[in-house]
Amino acid sequence: MSESSTSTRQQYTPPPPELGPGQTSHTSITEKITSIVLTPHTPYQWFIVVLIGLMLVGLLQVSIAYLLYEGIGIWGLNVPVGWGFAIIHFVWWIGIGHAGTLISAILLLFRQKWRTSINRSAEAMTIFAVMCAGMFPLIHTGRPWLAAYWLFPYPNSMAVWPQFRSPLIWDVFAVSTYFTVSLVFWFLGMVPDLASFRDRAKHRVTRVIYGVLAMGWRGSAVHWERYEMTSLMLAGLATPLVLSVHSVISLDFSVSILPGWHTTIFPPYFVAGAIYAGFAMVLLLLIPIRRLYGLQDFITLRHLENMAKVMLTAGLIVAYGYFMEQFIAWYSASVYEGFMMQNRMFGEYGSFYWALILCNIAIPQFLWSKRVRRNTVWLMFISFVISVGMWLERFVIVITSLHADFMPSSWDMFYPTFWDWATYAGTIGFFLFAFFLFVRGMPVIAAHEIRTLLPFGKKEK
Amino acid sequence: MSETESDTYGLMAEFETPEELLEAAKLAYGKGYRTMDAYSPLPIHGLAAAIGFHRTNLPILTFILALTGAIVGYGMQYWIQVIDFPVNIGGRPLHSGPMFIPVTFELTILFAAVGTFVGLWIRNGLPMPYHPVFNVAGFERASQDRFFLCIESADPLFDAEGTRSFLGGLNPVEVSTVDQ
Repeated sequence: MSESSTSTRQQYTPPPPELGPGQTSHTSITEKITSIVLTPHTPYQWFIVVLIGLMLVGLLQVSIAYLLYEGIGIWGLNVPVGWGFAIIHFVWWIGIGHAGTLISAILLLFRQKWRTSINRSAEAMTIFAVMCAGMFPLIHTGRPWLAAYWLFPYPNSMAVWPQFRSPLIWDVFAVSTYFTVSLVFWFLGMVPDLASFRDRAKHRVTRVIYGVLAMGWRGSAVHWERYEMTSLMLAGLATPLVLSVHSVISLDFSVSILPGWHTTIFPPYFVAGAIYAGFAMVLLLLIPIRRLYGLQDFITLRHLENMAKVMLTAGLIVAYGYFMEQFIAWYSASVYEGFMMQNRMFGEYGSFYWALILCNIAIPQFLWSKRVRRNTVWLMFISFVISVGMWLERFVIVITSLHADFMPSSWDMFYPTFWDWATYAGTIGFFLFAFFLFVRGMPVIAAHEIRTLLPFGKKEK
Repeated sequence: MSETESDTYGLMAEFETPEELLEAAKLAYGKGYRTMDAYSPLPIHGLAAAIGFHRTNLPILTFILALTGAIVGYGMQYWIQVIDFPVNIGGRPLHSGPMFIPVTFELTILFAAVGTFVGLWIRNGLPMPYHPVFNVAGFERASQDRFFLCIESADPLFDAEGTRSFLGGLNPVEVSTVDQ
């Protein structure tokens, strides 16, 4: 059965290549990527961002010091809202970290070659986001030195142990494992590129530093074989890990009995939300960096478009989650569940809920348009809106369920204080500072993976 | 002048493209050389097999470590919650198996991942700050844009002139002697 004309059918056009036209050889790839680091010239914009980051780190230090000195009363916590910004930001940062592992591990398993130019930065983003997240559980008890024995199973003088049936302990293991595995995966990926830096460095000190980090890597084929196998193993391990980490974090809420928290949709809903927020942050970071360092041949519009598509997909899953919450609140016929939903939409925090719907569902629908997906200004705007939206989601989940739960006599409002915001801003500053240090000193793009994108002659797959 | 074999680690041929290196490796293997190595700035599919290296054992290590992690995780929780300091929490069974799964899972992944990573470097013999091949002028391009094949003097078929002319016949950019 043959169709006669092609006038109504579109011609199939293959997707654009993963490597831009300016990169034609191993030499050009190596030179471009090493030139970001092995140069005495640092763009002034880098200094501006690092300065802002450093100032916010100072604010973070003051916030933490004052917290440890005065106690958690400096935050807006009260009864019933005993969990406020600390848990919101913990979940927000961990969620952001998930995109890095998804890009490195899951896209590797799916053999998506377009991940090769963004995976290193995304993994770095994960490391720093998890560091920022980890600060909150560490400081939120107000006296963290007392908390060691109930978080980590070490033999202590009181002979007590953590309570392993609690998701809060599962969090400890999940986040620690996630951080360690991400760190390992990130460093693994950098070793061959650090060897390139070692070999191109002009000054002795630079060469020694990168030489130590590169551990004597010489590119032996046997080593590469084991290296590729290790990357594959780590990717296979990191994939269920990343799905489990945010699921465990969502269980912090689901195993409670609070309306709005006690729901089985949380694990997949949180994981989708994490991917959503994470890709938004990757775009927020990579679009300026690619512009600043001229990396358009590596991080092409195709890459940005693919990331936008993943973001849109995750956003639709999150939207489904919101819809399901509404549906179950009605279908369950539970007066508490129903009230919780009513309160979310029309209570004192109602404006946050509608802002959430706008930021997470309405505005990202523009990503259906190819023109929007390939426009960096639009992508920056939508990514920023999604980051805010995901913050709002965690705010709505935590605060609205806590402030008006079963007993009206327990209801109260939550108002964040200056120190709540200062700590948050401080972690953002730390993140920026650390990330830009990474950009200045480490291989931003996985050169050895990009090299595999160059056409290879008559080789059999 | 021919050097004594103990001074020479081997002979190194430099190529400009990965295809040439792969071809050269296959020809060298076909000629009977077994103790050799190839160096490239990117992993080349089929190259390790071409020089006679098959199947790394790392996945088995990963599996063993994963099993260890699972046993350690579950065992630790069991010992803590059932034997060492049992606490009655809401009448729940002391040995609450399903609740032990998340920590067990995380430790499985942790042991497997970190162990495989450490195992990789140990198997590769890295860090190894000094290696004879770094003595070759131009070898710094092995991590950038050039491809090298080194036939070591430890190979039974190695012969200073014979191997050198064989390598020369593969059309390299250069053939160099690698000093120990």
